[in-house]
Amino acid sequence: MNPTPILRVEELYKSFGQTAVLKGFSLSIQPQEVAVLVGPSGSGKSTLLRCINLLDPPNAGRIWLEQEEITAAGVNPDRIRQRIGMVFQDFNLFTHLTALGNVMVGLTKVRKMHKKEAHELALFELERVGLVDRAGHYPAQLSGGQKQRVAIARALGMDPHLMLFDEPTSALDPELTGEVLEVMQQLASEGMTMIVVSHEMGFARQVASRVVFLEGGVVVEQGPPAQMFERPAQERTRVFLRKIADLDERSR
Amino acid sequence: MDEKMERVVELFGAVAPLLWQGTGVTLQIAALSLLLGMAIGLPAGIARVYGPRWLQQATGTYVVLVQGTPLLIQLFLVYYGLPDLGLTLGRLEAAFLTLGLNSGAYQAEYLRGALQAVPVGQMTAARALGMSQGQAVRSIVLPQALRLVLPAWSNEVVAMLKYTAVVFLIAVPDLMGQAKILASRYFAPIPIYLIVAVFYIVLVGITYGVLRQLERRLRVPGLTGEPT
Repeated sequence: MNPTPILRVEELYKSFGQTAVLKGFSLSIQPQEVAVLVGPSGSGKSTLLRCINLLDPPNAGRIWLEQEEITAAGVNPDRIRQRIGMVFQDFNLFTHLTALGNVMVGLTKVRKMHKKEAHELALFELERVGLVDRAGHYPAQLSGGQKQRVAIARALGMDPHLMLFDEPTSALDPELTGEVLEVMQQLASEGMTMIVVSHEMGFARQVASRVVFLEGGVVVEQGPPAQMFERPAQERTRVFLRKIADLDERSR
Repeated sequence: MDEKMERVVELFGAVAPLLWQGTGVTLQIAALSLLLGMAIGLPAGIARVYGPRWLQQATGTYVVLVQGTPLLIQLFLVYYGLPDLGLTLGRLEAAFLTLGLNSGAYQAEYLRGALQAVPVGQMTAARALGMSQGQAVRSIVLPQALRLVLPAWSNEVVAMLKYTAVVFLIAVPDLMGQAKILASRYFAPIPIYLIVAVFYIVLVGITYGVLRQLERRLRVPGLTGEPT
């Protein structure tokens, strides 16, 4: 295994009030890896992503991003978040801005680019997700799949070293998930490091370099998709993945 | 009937010049008070939502004090009370200050509501891009909140036009002040107050029209307009 992971999570603990969500969670991600996180609801998947980009500060444990401990005291979270792209389940596109404006605002406000330069790069990113012809549309004028692709373009504009996807297709009608997964697959093939919370098993099989099964705030089992789907070591993994596969089947 | 009509027209001719002057004063007081109110209400509204706890409490107290007391008492306290503290204001200054402080509290509350109506995911997404909280408020949340607040703010503008009428009680010659003087000079209170009411209605009507136009101009699909 590559000795220098891009992300290392060590013994992470996070509770909300009395509810412990992450209970000593550890994970290590290599550059260009695509890790798909699966697990029952409440297993801490989304919380983990929000801890990684410091939206929810962990109660204990440490996180390193490219050799820098980002959970250390005195680290400016805004600076860290610029290196981590995040895509949300319900898109969270900025309602008052067009597709182009959504991609541009981070470039001008955070990366301090000039308008013209930001405009060009934003168009380039929209082109990457196949939406350059929708540049002038407001979020309300886009389909769910288009919204999520704009959200991906918005994150890509920041030139992230790591992308987090929090159930990116869960809010979409089944016929719209394909266009989003396609964009994600293309990103993976370009070498983007990705952590994806998703129950899209087809995507996991085809694109993931690793499937991580979480339950109760810890990693139960992880491995390459073939191993996880065909011959998991843990009974719980087998039962859960079977259930997801059945649901997948039924919805088709 | 014709004779009565003639008398009203004659009366109107006699009082119109002073009522015009009064209208000017009313508009001036309303506009400056709204501006002062905005200068107070904008930061106060933001502080109510995003400020440190002590500032949230301080602005909250200000809002409660203003909303919990009659405007007339506020006016008298400023005009007759402040001199005891060594601050003597002219009539117009007292009017601006009172109405501005009053409006600031209402505008802060409207803005607070609008800021809180912007879905929390907007802030999360902005922070995830690497924006500081200040940048996220300025670039993402506030532009949406200001559009959302426009209808409530329009009501505040219209209400202000009429609230200004209290300043006649400290002898400011606004539209209402002139009406009071003219009513006793011509012994014809009812026709004169009716004429003044029409003045107010026209002012309010024009203001409404301008504000509606502004709302239309700033409309964004899916935020304050139809999602098509």
